[in-house]
Amino acid sequence: MSEQFTNLYPEYDVLDKWETPSWNEVTRSVVQKRLHEIPERRFFNEQQWLTLTAVCDRIIPQPERSQPVPIAPWIDARLFKGQGTGTRYASLPPEQESWRRGMDAIEAEAQHRYRRSFHRLDRVEQDRLLRSMDNNEVEAAAWQDLPSKSFFRHVVLRAVVEIYYAHPAAWSEIGFGGPASPRGYVRLDANRRDQWEAIEQKPAAAQRLYPK
Amino acid sequence: MSNPETDLRATNGRAPDVFRRGAWVPMREYSDDEEVDFAVVGTGAGGGTLAARLAEHGFKVVALDAGPFWRPLEDFASDEKEQNKLYWLQDRISGGQHPIEFGANNSGRSVGGSTVHFQMVALRWRPEWFAARSKLGYGRDWPIDWREIWRYYAEAEDALKISGPISYPWGPPRGRYPYRAHEINAAGLVLAKGAEALGVKWAAVPLSTLSAPRGKAPPCVYRGFCKVGCSTNAKQSVLNTFIPRALAAGAEIRDLATVSQIEMGSGGRATGLVYHRQGQWRRQRARHVVVSGYAIETPRLLLNSATAQQPQGLANSSGMVGKCLMTHANHAVWGVMEDEIRWYKGPPSMTVCEHWNYEDRGKDFHGGYAFMSQGPLPADHAKALVSNTGMFGMQLRQHMALYNHMAGLKIVGEVEPHENNRIELSDQTDELGIPLPRITFSFSENDQRLYKHSLQFMRRALESAGASNLIETASTAHLMGTCRMGTSASDSVTNADGRTWDIPNLWICDGSLFPTCGGVNPSMTIYALALRAADRIKALAGRGEL
Ligand SMILES: Cc1cc2nc3c(=O)[nH]c(=O)nc-3n(C[C@H](O)[C@H](O)[C@H](O)COP(=O)(O)OP(=O)(O)OC[C@H]3O[C@@H](n4cnc5c(N)ncnc54)[C@H](O)[C@@H]3O)c2cc1C
Ligand code: SF4
Repeated sequence: MSEQFTNLYPEYDVLDKWETPSWNEVTRSVVQKRLHEIPERRFFNEQQWLTLTAVCDRIIPQPERSQPVPIAPWIDARLFKGQGTGTRYASLPPEQESWRRGMDAIEAEAQHRYRRSFHRLDRVEQDRLLRSMDNNEVEAAAWQDLPSKSFFRHVVLRAVVEIYYAHPAAWSEIGFGGPASPRGYVRLDANRRDQWEAIEQKPAAAQRLYPK
Repeated sequence: MSNPETDLRATNGRAPDVFRRGAWVPMREYSDDEEVDFAVVGTGAGGGTLAARLAEHGFKVVALDAGPFWRPLEDFASDEKEQNKLYWLQDRISGGQHPIEFGANNSGRSVGGSTVHFQMVALRWRPEWFAARSKLGYGRDWPIDWREIWRYYAEAEDALKISGPISYPWGPPRGRYPYRAHEINAAGLVLAKGAEALGVKWAAVPLSTLSAPRGKAPPCVYRGFCKVGCSTNAKQSVLNTFIPRALAAGAEIRDLATVSQIEMGSGGRATGLVYHRQGQWRRQRARHVVVSGYAIETPRLLLNSATAQQPQGLANSSGMVGKCLMTHANHAVWGVMEDEIRWYKGPPSMTVCEHWNYEDRGKDFHGGYAFMSQGPLPADHAKALVSNTGMFGMQLRQHMALYNHMAGLKIVGEVEPHENNRIELSDQTDELGIPLPRITFSFSENDQRLYKHSLQFMRRALESAGASNLIETASTAHLMGTCRMGTSASDSVTNADGRTWDIPNLWICDGSLFPTCGGVNPSMTIYALALRAADRIKALAGRGEL
């Protein structure tokens, strides 16, 4: 079973607007860093890093890209700097500890079930393990007082999508207008598009996506 | 270039001119030893507004904020991740059966407070809510008559040049909004279509963003990044309205200044503040102290200022400081439309239905809710989706690829005040040694009936508008209560003016004053309370009763 992403906006790249009035200086410098200054691993140990990278690959699979959007490095960087999200769930340990223990627990769960490392499992096995975290159906002792479902949804999933959908490649694939300052938009009606917005590919690809 | 997150901007006799890159306006300064008339903690909807009005009434005012002093034109990127810098991201320990999500979801940390990133929805309360107990049979009565607040709403709307519809379909007649309503985006028209199909009214949301130029601020360009800060100054926030007024009237604003304690003198009166700025602990003397840190930080500061005489925390003889924390239920239904909606264009909420705020028949719950059209930015929406559904993998990417076809409806739903919902000090501390807050929150049975009703209604509305593949999400928004106002010292923290019962020169002016929370966004009511408090203080001073 191969995984495929159907792109409705194959011709569209928000980066084409870099020099246009949709992008201002601050935005350019922020996105420039994001594209080119990928942080090194500093927070997780090597094993945790392998697990995290494999987890990110299953949450956001990117089979069509030779250079996938990096996710794990930004999670590592934020935790290394100790930047929080504002919420520490009382049912979970403090965020940095949750991440470390969570990655260890995923590895322990893989060893417990398959006698192999998480990053060596195949896709189906990895997905099954992640799904059982979401169902609170994990068995390894390492999960002791780390509720797997809260950890998965509120800590892991949120962090991963927050980083992925902050990347221009992700903006492009969903047809999002992307940065828009000082120039915003003029046409606000349905099915109307400003000239600097994405053109959607219709109807063949689209039809398959809207279950009617 | 200096970094506003680490280097002071409001210092050396000048403060940033928020309307021009790299520019300054003059600022009056007071020394720590000078006893100012009012020291205000927090410069958001409550504190910033009050500081401006008190200065305009001729008082000597210093207002401190833990956050930076931004110039939107040069500091704000069109980028969700970068703009996290606007939020209060310090840990809050969140428990209870329905733990509240903090951070980006509900509090700011900037000169201008949470209004720097708020979504500009500028609604008035239904008059009966100010007497919820006597008129509607639930909650509590406010110590202020609705007519008085409604007069101040008009004043706040004028100060912010709210853009609103010519006639608003619910509640008593109100005057014209200062600026015309904005053109409604496609996402807003989905709500309109759904409401019409179900036979209920809808309206353009009165919004705190300009539909025509005002002074140095241009009209809104519909870029849709409002929730992460408006980089054009079209949004009328406290940062670009009341703060410039405060400075012009001679108030001093101190950025990057975190207050840890209110100091008490021997006579049972507050004498000033202890605060941390640029690596130093300092003390500001003041004849009056106002706390405007929002519904978590305000009680946190009062509790952390406990003395031998007031061991349970300042102004807490009633035991109500930190109790009756309220948030709004923020449940939503999302769907996929045949049409291209492109909901990223324009302010996120452009239409509203307040039907269930004004109709009491046919409900199995007390209270009300409004629902509004939606237009979340990609990461924001993805986060709501995954934390509510657990969706991941290619299914998630492919679902997000329908972003331009999505539409959603979300409530601001009233929540009951309950003593069990509260904030306390934990035994863990932040980097300055101040105890971190621990929050406990659970929706009551009534609250749950309310949001279930709303989810059913919004499902029907979205389906009638042609949406398919509906997904429900649960969330919360806004913070209120925790230092409620009232008519008696035994069961409230302050009187109607925000003056604490226990300490005559200690005041509160922010969302924590709310005895109940109503079914609309809170900022207009906070503005109204702040404007009213400043006028009351002037009147009391005139009579020698300060
Ligand atoms: C994402 C979002 C969208 C919103 N949208 C809307 C909307 O559309 N309509 C609406 O009406 N409301 C909205 N709100 C809510 C509204 O912004 C708040 O209710 C309102 O700003 C609260 O006013 P306040 O004065 O109580 O506190 P705030 O505006 O939050 O100001 C408090 C200030 O105090 C400072 N502070 C706190 N503690 C200290 C301390 N110890 N020392 C120094 N400074 C301190 C903080 O840094 C902050 O700047 C939204 C909120 C959020 C988060
Ligand atoms: S849509 Fe309007 S108010 Fe919102 S960020 Fe853009 S210009 Fe500012």
